[in-house]
Parts: sequence; structure tokens; C-alpha cells
Amino acid sequence: MSAPFDLAVLGAGPAGMAAATEAARRGARVVLLEESPAPGGQVYRAAPPGFLVPPDPDRRAGDALRAALATSGTTLLLGHRVWGLGGGPLVPQGAPPLPFRVDALPPDGAPLTLEARALILCAGTHERIIPFPGWTLPGVIGLAAATILLKAQGVLPGRRVVVAGAGPLLYAVAAKLLKAGAEVAAIADLATQGEWARALPTLTARPDLLARGLAWRAALATKGVPVLAAHRVVAAEGADAVERVRLQALSGGTSESFDCDALCVGHGLVPATEATRVFRAAHRYARESGGWVPVLDADRRTSVPLLYVAGDGGGVRGAAAAPAAGRLAALAALRDLGLLDGRAHARARRRPALEHWRAAQGGAAMARMMALRPALVDAIAPETVVCRCEGVTRAEIEAALDDGATEMNQLKQFTRCGMGPCQGRVCGEAAAELVARRVGGRERAGFATGRLPLRPVPMEAVLGDFDYADIPVPAPAPL
Amino acid sequence: MARPAEVAFSFDGATLRAPVGESLAAALIAAGLRRLGEGPGSPRAAFCMMGTCQQCLVRVDGRLAQACLVPVRAGMAVTPA
Repeated sequence: MSAPFDLAVLGAGPAGMAAATEAARRGARVVLLEESPAPGGQVYRAAPPGFLVPPDPDRRAGDALRAALATSGTTLLLGHRVWGLGGGPLVPQGAPPLPFRVDALPPDGAPLTLEARALILCAGTHERIIPFPGWTLPGVIGLAAATILLKAQGVLPGRRVVVAGAGPLLYAVAAKLLKAGAEVAAIADLATQGEWARALPTLTARPDLLARGLAWRAALATKGVPVLAAHRVVAAEGADAVERVRLQALSGGTSESFDCDALCVGHGLVPATEATRVFRAAHRYARESGGWVPVLDADRRTSVPLLYVAGDGGGVRGAAAAPAAGRLAALAALRDLGLLDGRAHARARRRPALEHWRAAQGGAAMARMMALRPALVDAIAPETVVCRCEGVTRAEIEAALDDGATEMNQLKQFTRCGMGPCQGRVCGEAAAELVARRVGGRERAGFATGRLPLRPVPMEAVLGDFDYADIPVPAPAPL
Repeated sequence: MARPAEVAFSFDGATLRAPVGESLAAALIAAGLRRLGEGPGSPRAAFCMMGTCQQCLVRVDGRLAQACLVPVRAGMAVTPA
């Protein structure tokens, strides 16, 4: 293992790119690890090499961050899956903290372990999808998944598509589908017209985003796409793949059926907190920020010394607010490492602090639109699979709760819900709500303890040249 | 959208073509192959496209991989996981 870096940044979305750039430009030794083949994250995702996409505002913002990163002196490790974390506070009781340890799996070749004195986590979010009958049918994909398909690959999820769920992604996906030549059969928005009207004032701070949203709505209206406010998906139906989707008003009544060959659905974004959970940082439940979030100070410090979180992984505020949060975290890390004096830090943080505050207003309004809606959880049918990795239905979860499971770790032990390869990232929200209903809230339901590996890794990659014969076996005690 | 040249690869023995560098999951969707395997109680298909859900797990040249994170390369042999 080589000498420790000053700073490791995990995740090369807008927060991670800005954090690494800020710290490296100020002379710190910085490493940035990213699972995807290119930096950008989800909103600012780069198209693969050779894919020429017409420029749009997201692409331009992403390119600016990528260009700054490329010249910053950051060691950029792409295609690296971080599966292990250690060091920091994870030492025997009473021992002084160690540098942080990061275990990563490169695209090809031997596993890599590196050390860093400080660690900034920019893990972003994953999409919340509350189960409904048929949600596991081929042709049903997430809203964020649809944007990746359309933006980065130019591939249509289907020819005739229903778009359903909550938040601005609904209209972004629908508009992109139309532009790419697909038919949008219907849009089912969980929000009422009133919710959008109330969110508008906060969006006037970002006229560019507001104008883009209005242009999407106008394009949909021109094509006569039915937009159903305060509607949810009752079921996706079909034999081998989705053939039609039934939509119903949240207030009830008869459902309406729409023929389609794809359903893009998403119920909001959930901060990815697996790494802060591993380090046993303090968390709080903040429904309007997407769920459990690490407790952070104004400079993105967690409760663990030299551990920081920037971007939506610390609470959903959107891509526009993420770079400023990344810079705040980087400056705080340099200050805490003694690489920046108090005065220089106070001066340098002023601008990103103001930028972050401004951008976070609109981001928070959108996060509220995308917050978990309990009505969707109430509507999950007993026979509907909640955990698709392990095939656990709502009825099985309820049975475990009848049997005395009182929090998420017990539910996992009783049913294997959340124990499959996605490690609870897909089912976690629905399962936690079902537990919360019995025990009196999400705080009591808790969350699954953070465990390694953070992501599935092949045993052969982790073991490397290890052989059982290498384990030293002491000679047996004499008889 | 301009794309790079198409290359040939195989899925479960059938020859498919896709632009080099496109995500394997996108290439399979574009080819109409959406059912990638069987999970417990439900079929598996690409779902999150960002490496989270593990539903698009396949074998690429014998090794388990998430199709959404693997770029298409000429001659890659993909089989259901």
C-alpha cells in the first residue's frame, strides 16, 4: 500500500467532482473513486465515448465540472467499485483513529486498497419505487433508469410508454420520450396541481430550470398526452412483459387502463447512506430530504472526525446544489487536516456557502414533492413481492411483525428481506414503512446496520492469491 | 444521436449487434431482450440502470456482471446468470 492520500472522495457526481477539484487545486493529494466508466453521476452523466449527443444544459454543466476535474491534479480511478471501508473510528476500543481504508475493485485486475486521512462521501441517491402488482414485469423500469437509457444511450425503454410517479423527473422523462420518437400513453403524477403551484415560487430562483419544466409541460400538451394529477399505478399487467397499466385517482374510484409496452415509474429519491452507516455516524430521519440522512454541520462534517458527506447522499437537494456542497466539504477537510488556516477557510467558504443556500431552496421544494407518500405503502397488496431479490411478499413481512420483529435488522433476520444482492436498496423504503406502521414511526423502525461488502463482489476478486493452506495452523498441544 | 460503429456479441448463443461502448443492458433492451433471467417468484429485467438493483445480472465471458455497468465489446459472450 502506498502512502496515504490526504483525501479520498467516493463518487464522481457533481458533488464529488467539485470536492476533489477544490481540494486538489489547493495542493492536497486527492483520489476520486467512481463505479461508472466516466465521471458525471446520474444527472450529469457523460455519454460513452463515440456517442455524440446534442448539448443540453445538463451536459454543459457536467462538462464544465469534468474539465475542471481533469486539470486539477486529482488521481481519478474510474470503473472502481468500492466494496470495503475501514480505519477512521473503526479501531479497537481506546485505540487512536487510523487513516481511512478504502477497498476497491478495478474493472480488470487485482483488488486495490488505499488509505486517506480524510474521506468525503458523495454517494448520491437511489430511486424509491414502492411496489404494486406487476412491478417486477420486464418493461417496468425506474424513472432515473429511463433518463439514463434516453440521455446516455439514446435507447427507448418502449414504443408506447406510461410514465408514473412523483417529482420533476416525470416530465423530464416524458418529454425526452416524445423527443426520441416514442409515444407517451399517459402520465400519472402523484402530486396534485396545488402541490406544483405551491412549489413554483421557490423555483423562480432558478428561472432556467423553471423554463425547462414549463417547456416539457408545453411539449406534452401539444401532443395531447393525458396528464393525470393525483393518480397512482394500481397494477402493471401482462403475460411475459408489461402490456397495460391501470391508473387510479388517489381518492379512489374506477381505474383506467392504458395499453403500453413499457412503464417508467419512480416515487422519489433516497439518500445512499450505507457508508456513513458502516462508520456508525449519527443519522436522523428526514422524510422531506428523502429518508435517513447523516447528521451534518453547515460544512458537511458528519459526527465522525474527518468524515464528510456532500451532495444528495446527505439529503436530497438536487444536482444544482451538489457542487457547492462538495466544495464546502473539501474546504472543511483541508481545514481539519491543517492544510488550510482558519482565516483562509472562512474566506474560501463564503461563496460556496451562499451558492449552496440558493440552489438548495429549489432542491428542497423538489425533494418535498418526491418525499415518501404513505398512501402507496398502504395500497401494497399482501401477495405483492416487496423484496424482489429474495421474493419476500408483504404478507410475509406482516407475519414477521406479528411474530415480534420490531425493527429493520430483525425483519431482515426473520424474512431475509433486504438480504439479497441489492442489500435492501430497492425494498428498504417499503419494508421500513411497513415496520414503522407497527412500531410507531421510522425512527423506531431504524435501518439495517451498515455492513461490508458495500456492493456485491466476486469472492475470487477479494481472495486474490489467498489459499486456505496459507492460514497458519499452530501445532496441536501435546497430549 | 450519433453512435460509434456496431460490433457483434452474443447473448445466450444468439448473435446481436450494438454500438461499441453502449451499456450491455441498453443494448439488450434495444434488441427486445428484456427478460434476463428468473428471480425468486418473478422474472429479472434491467430495472435501475445504475448498478443498484442487481436485477440485470448476467455472465460476461463467464464472469458475473451487472449488464447496466458493462460496455459492449466486440465478441463478448453473454449468458444468463
